[in-house]
Amino acid sequence: MVDTGGVMEDKVREFLENNFADAVIRTEIFRNQLSVYIRKEYLFDICQALLHDEALGFKFLSDICSLDWLGQSEEAEGRFEVIYNLFSLKYRYRFFIRVKLAGENPEIDSLTPLWNTADWLEREVYDLMGITFSGHPDLRKIVTPDDLEGHPLRKDFPLTYETPQFSHNKTEPPEVII
Amino acid sequence: MTGQAEERRTLNLNMGPQHPATHGVLRVELELEGESVVKATPHIGYLHTGIEKTGESKLYYKVIPMTDRMDYLAPMSNNLGYCLAVEKLLGIQVPEKVKYARVCLTELTRLKSHLVWVGTHPFDLGAMSMGLYAFRERESIIDVYEAVAGQRMMSTYFRIGGLAEDLPGNFDKVVKKAISDIRQGLIDYNRLLTDNKIFRNRTIGVAKISAEDAINCGLTGPSLRACGVNYDVRKANPYTGYENFDFEIPLGQNGDVYDRYLVRMEEMRQSLRIVEQALDGMPEGPYRAHVPGVVLPPKEDVLSKMESLIFHFKIITEGFRPPRGAVYQAIESPKGELGFFISSDGTGKPHRMRVRPPSFVNLSALPKLIEGALVADVVAAIGSIDIVLGEVDR
Repeated sequence: MVDTGGVMEDKVREFLENNFADAVIRTEIFRNQLSVYIRKEYLFDICQALLHDEALGFKFLSDICSLDWLGQSEEAEGRFEVIYNLFSLKYRYRFFIRVKLAGENPEIDSLTPLWNTADWLEREVYDLMGITFSGHPDLRKIVTPDDLEGHPLRKDFPLTYETPQFSHNKTEPPEVII
Repeated sequence: MTGQAEERRTLNLNMGPQHPATHGVLRVELELEGESVVKATPHIGYLHTGIEKTGESKLYYKVIPMTDRMDYLAPMSNNLGYCLAVEKLLGIQVPEKVKYARVCLTELTRLKSHLVWVGTHPFDLGAMSMGLYAFRERESIIDVYEAVAGQRMMSTYFRIGGLAEDLPGNFDKVVKKAISDIRQGLIDYNRLLTDNKIFRNRTIGVAKISAEDAINCGLTGPSLRACGVNYDVRKANPYTGYENFDFEIPLGQNGDVYDRYLVRMEEMRQSLRIVEQALDGMPEGPYRAHVPGVVLPPKEDVLSKMESLIFHFKIITEGFRPPRGAVYQAIESPKGELGFFISSDGTGKPHRMRVRPPSFVNLSALPKLIEGALVADVVAAIGSIDIVLGEVDR
């Protein structure tokens, strides 16, 4: 039952084509891995349909990850991107649902009603990238200290290195490495 | 008799962050009603070091030492996951010898990680002597690490496209010693624990989870297989040549602490089989792929040929530039599915380096495991999912 691409890829495409033709913006294959870019309004419905579709068997939400495209050509479509990593235990097949979000107040539906995994993974994305998940029951910071302001994984959050202060450099601002 | 229901009173108890049974700096806020847990809220982040953020500011090959420090009990698994992800991004193949050496060493790493677990988990439950025995056998694997990498814990031995240097002459000898030590050790542990009445009473039926819930919670690794779900990345999506090895995936039935123990014990025996096969079948050949401009050329060439010297210099100072795109590579680390998601923007540094940490996701299922259980079982539950806080917080 191990699938090396091909068959399952077509099935996923067909499934989305038949049920959510409006939702899919484009698909992409890089190094044999399928990414599907969708409109953010459809995220919850697509995931719900995939979870309950026995023929495909995407029961496993492996990971939620986020990207910040600040300053890159991809920023034109939306600065942020959330990537859902879905895995079919039945067919050993993995693909990615990718959603672009605007730079101002990025917000997307929470998947916590579908998967328990989404709880902490979404909290992590919220904490480190500042993307809000509407409908999440307990959206709190998870890894950074409570008094830290900002979201460290954003590209405009500096990886700061403070030089020791002496009398000769007392007035200079701390050195910033991005 | 007042006729009124008695007021429900609960007690809040902080377990950790310095509790010895939390295996690191984990704080679990427990709401107790008598002895039973009503609500559990884990708090993490005490070891957050920003590895994902730092990874974005370093050349690709400079990220490898940081991966060692995530799951510090299984450094080679982390190295392997990262190197495979970058190799996938670049689209390069490694020589057969590298594959065999990687399989051999990552399986030893699995044994090393499981040995710490088999030492500390029964230790939490009161079997104090187990800690000493397991750490004694672990020493022989650390000797293998020392022989290949010169470092006993943070090995940083794997490189993008190969190994740091060739396997040493005494590799066979140290690995064989480790195998025989551990094989004897496993017999002893089995005799000490498997039929031990106290151990069985503390573990059977404790922190149970059904297969369906486990999948929904994202559990992976031995904790998932203890529920009877046959998912092991080594078999499901084989990497680095695992398809050439003969081994079985042990499965549990009940999904309780005792089954997780049985699964891990059997996994150790299977790992020994794989290590032996890798050692017997170890082919001759180069220990690095030949990819000019990406993988460092052999040292002899650097000292005698100008082109190699230039490549060496350029790789060290500028790194290499993978094509634009993003890849995800999962491996079966001792804790579960460890994934690296690397997004490249065509420059010498990763645009984003995301780690899918198995410990983090497994830990998020903890409230489900312990709500309704007794306080003493919390210790058993935390030990049984085998977390490393360095990986949880990154």
